[in-house]
Amino acid sequence: MSPAVPGREPAVPEDWELVVGLEVHVELSTATKLFCGCANRFGDEPNTNVCPVCLGLPGSLPVANAAAVDFAMRLGRALGCEVRGAVFARKNYFYPDMPKDYQISQYDQPTNTDGRLELPDGHTVGIERAHIEEDTGKTTHIGGGGRIHDADYALVDYNRAGVPLVEIVSRPDIRTAEQARAYVRELRAILLAIGVSDARMEEGSMRVDANVSVRPAGADELRTRCEIKNLSSLRALGRAIVYEAQRHVDLWCGGERPRQETRHWDEANGRTTPGRSKEDADDYRYFQDPDLVPLAPAAETVAAIDAALPPLPAARRADLAADGGGAVSAEDAALLVERGQDGLVRAAMAAGADPGVAATRVANDLAVDDWSPVTPEGLAALVAMETSGRLTATQSKQVLAEMAEGGGFPDAIAERRGFQAMARDDLAAVVDQVISENAEAWSRFCGGDEVERKKLAGFLTGQVMRATRGQADGAAVNRLLGERAGS
Amino acid sequence: MSGRITRDEAAHVARLARLRFSDEELDELAAQLSAVLDHAADVEALDVTDIAPTSHPHPLVNVTRADEVRPSLDRDEVLAQAPSVDDGQFRVPPILGEAP
Repeated sequence: MSPAVPGREPAVPEDWELVVGLEVHVELSTATKLFCGCANRFGDEPNTNVCPVCLGLPGSLPVANAAAVDFAMRLGRALGCEVRGAVFARKNYFYPDMPKDYQISQYDQPTNTDGRLELPDGHTVGIERAHIEEDTGKTTHIGGGGRIHDADYALVDYNRAGVPLVEIVSRPDIRTAEQARAYVRELRAILLAIGVSDARMEEGSMRVDANVSVRPAGADELRTRCEIKNLSSLRALGRAIVYEAQRHVDLWCGGERPRQETRHWDEANGRTTPGRSKEDADDYRYFQDPDLVPLAPAAETVAAIDAALPPLPAARRADLAADGGGAVSAEDAALLVERGQDGLVRAAMAAGADPGVAATRVANDLAVDDWSPVTPEGLAALVAMETSGRLTATQSKQVLAEMAEGGGFPDAIAERRGFQAMARDDLAAVVDQVISENAEAWSRFCGGDEVERKKLAGFLTGQVMRATRGQADGAAVNRLLGERAGS
Repeated sequence: MSGRITRDEAAHVARLARLRFSDEELDELAAQLSAVLDHAADVEALDVTDIAPTSHPHPLVNVTRADEVRPSLDRDEVLAQAPSVDDGQFRVPPILGEAP
């Protein structure tokens, strides 16, 4: 199941093609910053995790964090990149978010190059590079109603300055807004699987910029692109791409051309607004940082990383599908792997659970952070109770929720709650009772067209549910109503 | 001097470094910067066919430290050095535009 978002409709008219590349910044979940021993921790009191190195004080010297380098190479290999010797470079600019007046990054010799990411639908997006760099500090603009340009002053917190990042730059291989969202979801699933980042868009540990352009369908050229920033959710990413693509098509069709620039997504008004123009700002005068020596991973180091990589989401989806024998939907498989619940479901299948029911029940009804109390055996027993008719789907959901809260085995929970599927004869008696008490609705049900019939079936089923205090199986009630109407 | 750097280029570099110069100063700096580049260009006269590119004067690679937290500075001490402070943070003048 994918989240309900707009943008499934084509972003551009049929005779145009959308061209999108994504730049994703990911904070690595190391204990310390990239070049100093300050804690890498979100949410601490401002300026409590700072030292001479990350404050850029004179005479301080950076030393690379071994874990950050390892995490970055791990990510590179998971994305099928070539991991190479790399050099740190200074990106020079003046802005108070970096007290050194430069950011240490990698430029012409990044750690990872030439990878690929395969989306669940089989589309492959090339990865140009995935390089290591340090995060910047956080500036808060005060006054002027929160608008940057009208602010009275700004406050700076350097806790985030120097936190290790990997920037993953895709090739412009993305053709729809849905693919862009799928790319970010898949990248996030990979990051979680290999344990290098918590990749939370809402907390800013995963930040996405989109390079958007359009071209006539069938063309090979790359036209002027705009870089969209401030995309803080998958929904925003999809909406911004659709908006920006349409803006470009309108400009080209009107005989104009887009200006190459950075634009901001305005979530409240659903549009992008111009930011800084690229031409005059992107002159960062990169040069190799003389305070840091090159990284030169040995072949054995890379081989050891490969050997230690856990199964990746694509392989796990395939395993889940194979175990399920075709009964697990692609949507359920993607969601279960994304949440890390594929292991639980596969183990339940091994314990005898019906694959389709087990996958759907967990995908739909176990969207909780901690499901550790749910054991494979417990899940298999629950699924068996549902497939044998001892529990209705509604009851099964409730029992699963209680299992996740540590409620124990499903039969005990069902008994405690007084859940027992009604015997067919008992249920039939209730249905007949409801029919006789609602004669007018019943005759309209029997004589109505499809729409009317559906409406009244809902009403009658509701009456049965009320009479049985929710213990009736909705599907069984529907069957009984149909039988009695003679159809 | 060879004119490797024009006055406009010198002005551009000065602007990026937030420095302001008169036209005369820019001319003088353009000549000096050109001379520096001329000096570096002397290397072009050498045959470097068998010499690997050098990215660092030290013959060292992979210098890293373990990912272990070390004490940070005391915040009051840090902020005491700032010209302006507010609410535990560095207070800076309003910034035009967003971060690069």
